[in-house]
Amino acid sequence: MIENLQVSTGEKEILKGIGLSIGDGETHVLIGPNGAGKSCLAMTIMGIPIYTVDKGKITFDGEDITALPIHERAKLGIGLAFQNPPVIRGVKLKDIISLHTEKVDDILNKAYLSQEFGGRDVNLGFSGGERKRSELAQLFAMEPKLLLLDEIDSGVDIESMELLGKEINSFLSSCSALIITHLGYILNYVRADKAHVLLNGKIALSGKPEEVLKKVKEKGFGEV
Amino acid sequence: MGADLDLSQYSREAEAWEGIPYLSQLPDDTRKSATLAGVKDDEEFRCGTYFQLDHSVIFESVKREFEGQIEIMSTKEALEKYDWVRDYWWRAVAVDSDKYTAQAELDFDNGYFLRALPGAKVTFPMQACLFMSQNGISQNVHNLIIAEEGSDVQIITGCTSPGLGRGLHIGISEFFVKKNCKLTFTMIHRWAPGVDVRPRAVAMVEDNATFTNNHICLNPLRTLQLYPTAYCSGENSIANLNSILFGSGNSRMDVGGRVVLVGRNSRGHVVTRCVAKGKATIYARGQIIGQGEGRAHIDCRGLIADDANIYAIPLLDGLVKDCELSHEAAVGKIREEDLWYLMSRGLNEDEATSLIIKGYLDPGILGLPKELEDEIKGVAEMATEEAL
Repeated sequence: MIENLQVSTGEKEILKGIGLSIGDGETHVLIGPNGAGKSCLAMTIMGIPIYTVDKGKITFDGEDITALPIHERAKLGIGLAFQNPPVIRGVKLKDIISLHTEKVDDILNKAYLSQEFGGRDVNLGFSGGERKRSELAQLFAMEPKLLLLDEIDSGVDIESMELLGKEINSFLSSCSALIITHLGYILNYVRADKAHVLLNGKIALSGKPEEVLKKVKEKGFGEV
Repeated sequence: MGADLDLSQYSREAEAWEGIPYLSQLPDDTRKSATLAGVKDDEEFRCGTYFQLDHSVIFESVKREFEGQIEIMSTKEALEKYDWVRDYWWRAVAVDSDKYTAQAELDFDNGYFLRALPGAKVTFPMQACLFMSQNGISQNVHNLIIAEEGSDVQIITGCTSPGLGRGLHIGISEFFVKKNCKLTFTMIHRWAPGVDVRPRAVAMVEDNATFTNNHICLNPLRTLQLYPTAYCSGENSIANLNSILFGSGNSRMDVGGRVVLVGRNSRGHVVTRCVAKGKATIYARGQIIGQGEGRAHIDCRGLIADDANIYAIPLLDGLVKDCELSHEAAVGKIREEDLWYLMSRGLNEDEATSLIIKGYLDPGILGLPKELEDEIKGVAEMATEEAL
């Protein structure tokens, strides 16, 4: 649960009082234009230190995690698929997957990656779609209770998205999720319970995904 | 390059050690230390062994199934056994290069003679160990490695001096990689914080031959100066000079690789991966001299932690228009975004740092056969853990 969250980076205020509650097993989708603060929200929930919580609090499973370091949040069950994951030379994708499971090849299969990817430096030379699949593979291995998917549908071709959508859908049955998307493309493949529109650091609209999307399509982000 | 040493400060007197009939009969401490430097005391997956303790050669063997394919003995024996060995002696390395080469000539304490006979395709590596056990001595070895025409051979050498307060190792290595050969030479350095190390190595690489020279130094030492040179004189000859270095404590490492492209279509790669922490200093040098039609690349990456320093110095000397030389070098601290990313997968900061460093120093870059690579990975991981 997020209460009155105000977040800045450097001098810049990005989130200006966000309230959001994701219940057990619920999937929420967060849409909004570029620069609205969507990724900032996901990174702040994960605890990435470039973002400073100025006010408000984040609780997870009843525990206040606002001041917890990243790895402790991960251990509690929060998993983030990064929008732009870094290339880390020398660290293999399998090194990360095997932190959580011995079944590396099964996990790679599930994310539609060949076994060869396990032995590659993470994200080095990966295409946009491969990076997204690599992110999913790592999260499949972690089995988080709360899945944060940041623009998982960008850079992925339609066929791959259809396949990945099935895997994400089946994964969503066992956890809660916040899916961040610019265009709502992923909603053609996965089922969400609730949608929110983030504008200028505030939630401007919440409701049933189909209704929210319809409104955005009709009026654009500016007038919701 | 690096600190000058007063050679008179090191003793030339060392206890003479008796030979042993089996490697497994090494004293426990010696055996354990040699194992940590990649030496297999049971000689499993090895075709033969050379073991030198201080100035004494205590073990030499060639497994029966490899007789007629390889020769292993001390260079003193080789000089006595074959007149022609003199033709190779100081032919690649100049005896008057510096005071260390002069010292190796004037006070010569053996060294290994490793030879792959013509056409031999040797499935298991030869192993050698240069062990220093007595405080304050200098060990001056002169090694000769000859891969005869058409041979394919791997060598793994462990150099170690556990617990030594002070000592100097001077190691001359002359490599002759003849036509259509493949020689992969890997040296694991496992010295002690008070030990100075001065290897001087040159390789002559003939037509269609590939020479790979790997140095792995992950434990602290006092100073290391290492700048192997490979002359790719043959047509289609290849030289790969790789170094994996972890400088910790007060270690001073001045390490590089030089490839001289002479033959038509010769190629070279000089790759360095280094991590410096504590108060360590690493100079990572690389030089390509393009004297003929060929291409070569220098690739150096360094990670800095604490108060350590890394100087990356790539040099490209294009002396003819048909050479194609390039380099890339990157030095810096571990990026925060990389740490955060790995922490988001459940590792704490120290664990994430360790994973990044181990990845940086991955022996996967060395171009070794899978089994040897796995073996060296194990040795390297252990050494990295200790240094971390």
